[in-house]
Amino acid sequence: MKAWPLWEIFVRSESGLAHKHVGSLHAADAEMALQNARDLYTRRNEGVSIWVVRSSDIVATDPSQSEALFEPSEDKEYRHATFYHVPDGVKHL
Amino acid sequence: MMGERLEYLLRLGDSALVLAQRCAAWVAHAPIMEEDVALANVALDLFGQAKLWLEYAGEIEGAGRDADALAFHRDASDYRNLLLVEQPNGNFADTIVRGYFCDAWAQLNLSALAASSDERIAAIAAKSLKETAYHLRRSQDWLVRLGDGTDVSHERAQRAVDELWCYTGELFIGDEIDAAMVAQGVGVEPNSLRAPWLARVEAALETATLVKPGDGWMQRGGKQGRHTEALSYMLAEMQVLPRSYPGAQW
Repeated sequence: MKAWPLWEIFVRSESGLAHKHVGSLHAADAEMALQNARDLYTRRNEGVSIWVVRSSDIVATDPSQSEALFEPSEDKEYRHATFYHVPDGVKHL
Repeated sequence: MMGERLEYLLRLGDSALVLAQRCAAWVAHAPIMEEDVALANVALDLFGQAKLWLEYAGEIEGAGRDADALAFHRDASDYRNLLLVEQPNGNFADTIVRGYFCDAWAQLNLSALAASSDERIAAIAAKSLKETAYHLRRSQDWLVRLGDGTDVSHERAQRAVDELWCYTGELFIGDEIDAAMVAQGVGVEPNSLRAPWLARVEAALETATLVKPGDGWMQRGGKQGRHTEALSYMLAEMQVLPRSYPGAQW
């Protein structure tokens, strides 16, 4: 059982538009991962759709690169709409 | 005759209840945590089905017994479940094969019962059918995974098929209770489920690279209250608390 791969589980709730990551589990194959996900993560009416992805197939950002990746956007106020003044004469905005 | 309908409901309820108790015994013993939860879910579905059948049975009996009274205060000889469901859990392959044989039958039986002239039976069957469709999908996938898996899993699955086969005949043997229920449009002719069950099981066994045993002697008697010794041990554990402390509240 230790050889069973890990799967990441994404569930779309009835009201939600997108699938959200809810956790992970072990399963021998994709079909078992779906069934285990159904049993573990939708017991209380949480979902209408499930995605399973092998954890090893997920490509993630490196936490040690956070500064280079994310901090430069902190001082770019002009990327937010609130940065701009709306001229008085503009209608229908 | 309401006595026949009572017997018929006890058979349905007891088979669901005993299989539920068997599945529930895996909790905290399953090979993997995910399977623990999955078997618990199946058990809870079946407990729910048993409760609906036995509640109705208690109402028809009219002796003031509810589902709990019927579940916890009857001895093995008063139980009317199929012999197949009471067979011990054994190893994981034993449990999966037993579950698969039961699920494949229950799906056909409930489909037919959903058209029962007894509206309450039809409603319980329709509700249970959705749950059973999932149980069947799960147990069939596992059957194939074990049969077409490693040498060890294949060997254990084949042994389970061989040992449990003699309890499958009873699923399709009717008696006077079945005949009376069929005549009233309430029940299902057990033998009518045999061909579709066999077709389904043969296909699944083949996919799982397992060999269907020859049709030898088939055990029978569970529906009439003649059980294997496995049932009384299971009931002893299941019933000990309410029998030791009658009326105990959670």
